[in-house]
Amino acid sequence: MIPVFLGLFSLLALIFAVLVVTLRQPMRCALSLVAHMISLAGIYATLGAHVIAMFQILIYVGAVMVFMVYTIMLLDDRDNSYRHPYSIKAITCLVVGGALAAAIWAAIGHTITPAAAAIPAVDPFTFSAFSLAFMKQYWFHFELATVLLLVGVVAAWAAVKEGL
Amino acid sequence: MDQYQFLTSLAGLIFSLGLLGVVLRRNLLVVMMCLEIMLNAVVLSFVGFAVRSQTLPGIAMTFFIYVAASCEIALAMAIVVLLVKRRGSLDLGAHQELKG
Repeated sequence: MIPVFLGLFSLLALIFAVLVVTLRQPMRCALSLVAHMISLAGIYATLGAHVIAMFQILIYVGAVMVFMVYTIMLLDDRDNSYRHPYSIKAITCLVVGGALAAAIWAAIGHTITPAAAAIPAVDPFTFSAFSLAFMKQYWFHFELATVLLLVGVVAAWAAVKEGL
Repeated sequence: MDQYQFLTSLAGLIFSLGLLGVVLRRNLLVVMMCLEIMLNAVVLSFVGFAVRSQTLPGIAMTFFIYVAASCEIALAMAIVVLLVKRRGSLDLGAHQELKG
């Protein structure tokens, strides 16, 4: 059953990523991006990384995308980029992007050796294991992350204050 | 191709799609969304390798990527709003005089 769900969510993630790149209206792009992120969360949950699936929904869909949707609603999006959504060098971009994607698909998929089929006795991705690792191993990084968040908030506030 | 090879290739494909959007689109907000797609592809590859090796560092790294993404989007949206207020347009062509 896992390969079926993995394939389904991967297909959805790819389709919605393509829609983000191709749709004209920013709000539709944002909603496609939300669907793309939910599909990725489905992949993580299928793989057993439920912690990351939850963070993906809570942080990305719940915080980052809501912020982006607010910004879209705040700004008038019917400008020149609405009438001409793509760069004038779109053909070149498509050719180079397609070649890059084909190269990555061909190269990465075959350079990684297949994993051994051993199933671990203990699941390392439970909430308790994750919490213990953050309290014991990554406590300093966790504190640094809080400082980074604080700096981000102050920088955003300072940018808006200086600009207005 | 086993599922981890498939996941890594998928991450590469999604990353190139995001990169394509960054160079192809002219709307500032859509370019930011394509950057988020690229970041998501990186997270996908981290999770793929973490699940493959059944170890926690990859999972911990994704948590820090989420923190960095939150900071990035908060600051970037503030800058986008200021730029649009100054130039009155979301089109990247209107912001070509930016330096540094």
